[in-house]
Amino acid sequence: MIEENQQGAPLASAGLANKDNRKRLSLRNEEISMQVRDLNLHYGSDQALKNISMDIPNKRVTAFIGPSGCGKSTLLRCFNRMNDLIDICRIEGEITIEGNNIYHPSVDVPELRRKVGMVFQKPNPFPKSIYENIAYGLRLQGVKNRRKLDEVVENSLRRAALWDEVKDRLNDNAFGLSGGQQQRLVIARAIAIEPEVILLDEPCSALDPISTAKVEELIIDLKESYTIVIVTHNMQQAARVSDFTAYMYLGELIEYDDTAKLFTNPAKKATEDYITGRYG
Amino acid sequence: MKKWFKSGDPWIWMIGGAVSISIIMVVGLLLLIAVRGLGHFWQPPIIETTFHDDGQEVVVLGTIRNAETVTAQAVRDAGFEVPEEQEIVQRYLFHLGNRDLTGRDFQWFIGDFLEEFRYPEDAIMLERREWGNFFGYLVALKRDGEVIAEGEEAFVRLPELLARSNELVGNAVSIERYDIGRINFAIEQERLEQRRIELNDRLSDEERAERIARSQAEVNRLNAEYEKLHAELVELRASGRRDALVARTSDGQEVTINLGDVVRATRANTMTIPEKMREYGSRFWAFMTGYPREANTEGGIFPAIFGTVMMVFIMSIVVTPFGVLAAIYLREYAKQGPVTRIVRISVNNLAGVPSIVFGVFGLGFFVYFLGGNIDQLFYPERLPAPTFGSPGLIWASLTLALLTLPVVIVSTEEGLTRIPKAMREGSLALGATKAETLWKVIVPVSTPAMMTGLILAVARAAGEVAPLMLVGVVKLAPNLPVDGQFPYIHLERRIMHLGFHIYDVGFQSPNAEAARPLVYATALILVLLILVLNLTAIAVRNRLREKYKSESD
Repeated sequence: MIEENQQGAPLASAGLANKDNRKRLSLRNEEISMQVRDLNLHYGSDQALKNISMDIPNKRVTAFIGPSGCGKSTLLRCFNRMNDLIDICRIEGEITIEGNNIYHPSVDVPELRRKVGMVFQKPNPFPKSIYENIAYGLRLQGVKNRRKLDEVVENSLRRAALWDEVKDRLNDNAFGLSGGQQQRLVIARAIAIEPEVILLDEPCSALDPISTAKVEELIIDLKESYTIVIVTHNMQQAARVSDFTAYMYLGELIEYDDTAKLFTNPAKKATEDYITGRYG
Repeated sequence: MKKWFKSGDPWIWMIGGAVSISIIMVVGLLLLIAVRGLGHFWQPPIIETTFHDDGQEVVVLGTIRNAETVTAQAVRDAGFEVPEEQEIVQRYLFHLGNRDLTGRDFQWFIGDFLEEFRYPEDAIMLERREWGNFFGYLVALKRDGEVIAEGEEAFVRLPELLARSNELVGNAVSIERYDIGRINFAIEQERLEQRRIELNDRLSDEERAERIARSQAEVNRLNAEYEKLHAELVELRASGRRDALVARTSDGQEVTINLGDVVRATRANTMTIPEKMREYGSRFWAFMTGYPREANTEGGIFPAIFGTVMMVFIMSIVVTPFGVLAAIYLREYAKQGPVTRIVRISVNNLAGVPSIVFGVFGLGFFVYFLGGNIDQLFYPERLPAPTFGSPGLIWASLTLALLTLPVVIVSTEEGLTRIPKAMREGSLALGATKAETLWKVIVPVSTPAMMTGLILAVARAAGEVAPLMLVGVVKLAPNLPVDGQFPYIHLERRIMHLGFHIYDVGFQSPNAEAARPLVYATALILVLLILVLNLTAIAVRNRLREKYKSESD
């Protein structure tokens, strides 16, 4: 795992500098995990997403970039139907995961969310102990066996690179952790229930640079086992961690391609303007 | 000047002033109640003096309850001769006692007509079970009519004899209250059983006769037991009345007072400070744990404390689940719209409805409708005497629960809204259903808010009096709502209540002057009780906060 880290973004690197020797990826060669087809989303009378169609590759990191209000978080929240919580939200089109439309009426939403985990902008641990935060998802599934829980808690915390920092205080309140630790705790909580996909909604926007670096390392680490979709405002971050990048603007998907390609040689003028800072 | 106004300093002064005035008022109120209430149990000196009026001389013996300064003119108008040049007059309210002999307990005397105060060492004050206090001089002790001690010796032997008679009287009361009470209860149960058998039309005549005979046999056995106890009681009482004391009043009359009628005897003017403190503690304890006497103007307030606490407990047990569930539904499940808004406004306004209105509702709905129907269905054998169909503990508690429901709903709802959206989303994103999120995350996190609601509810309920007069609180309840007879907690019984006790003693009492210190003392106990209940709830809340913060799950 550590060797493969080298292939990703080392701590100090900003953007693509060290990625030049990376092989270009193409969606055509990828195994597809999720498909979005003709997705339209309305908040009341405002259309937030317009005709989005895209494929999310399996076990890769896909980044959504774009200016504020362009709909990238909204799109992300469509994958685990978090938008259902908003009364005035109306969705047309379909998203399929392994060929099943998740917007089909017969879909069990909690079951879907178990398969599609999510990490939010601000760390949101529960006001419980560190242990119980991780065990929460398993307890929901009815796991009561203490040994099994202990094992999963330890594994998840190790994978989230948090174990060494918290192993002596698993029963302390999770609010006692620093912001960066909380965010990794929340990621550990998400992977504890073994999802297939992890959605990250600006996971580093509330963190300091060192915590950010740790979380980024973790993301690169995790793509070995999970399909990851990340929304970010930080283009360097997108360049560092992602394999594919989608640029969105005003609810439309402008360009979606291999990250290196999109950042070095964008096909569209709008994308180029944005990544070179000429936007607005 | 204008600049000073603009700087905002005047506002700060005004705010600071308002806060100080509020605090001074609250502290002053508590101090007044505490001083007046707690002062009552301190033994004042017994004063002897002579009152001169129109050439007559009257010896006055008693304690000073109150002293005040009045204008001479007012005294002259009342028909007393006060020298022209004098402008003010001091007058004293003496507690003279001896109500059975003179017909009055208290009397005002004008200081100018009194001789110098004397503090006779052999003056005694007796607290009696009937007729209030007695002031006089101990002459002798008698046993079965024979003098056994006189003078100083009499006072030395008095405590020992008094302790004996008090113990015997206490035993007699406990036999009356518990043993005879139990037999009366059992006899009443048998009477109801017979009535039930009569009402049961599924029984054949022989069966009915046989069962009634069996029940009657039980009644006869109980009656025999009662006779035995009664004989024992009579004997105890007679034994308790063996000794008597002879005392001389201030006007020279000699009276014989049975020791069975005396609660405590003090020779106030020879008591040392530690003795007075011991006496103080004993009187305060008797006040807290005793039963009231003499139309509530004497004795203790234990039944009232007990009733208040019971009522508040039952109220809390009822109001918490209902209030919390209602708030959860309103906030989490109900579709937010005009209907929920109307419901919310109504709930808020319910908190402002005068409490007596709740009392009227409680009487009409709970007592007459619910209670009446419960009687019809479950207690037909007792009719026409009501069981639940008359005011009682349960209805008082339910009425108060209704009264405090808005408080709990509002604070629980506030607690629920304060929970960040991210926390809900975090739980939902892990595959929790809405209900799981609610019970595992939202409700635990908002328990402190619920406890806050409960604290406010308890504070309001414990102090409420008006509606209770309609739905279950009485001046004097013969029994506590909890006793040794099945089913041990008698929710249908009427209770006494501190708030109502204050009203009753203060305004309905035949002897207002004697009762006034008790009003303050009872008010103090009520305030302290609410404080204790609140502190308990706050302690529980803080522990809950800590608990779900530090412990797992």
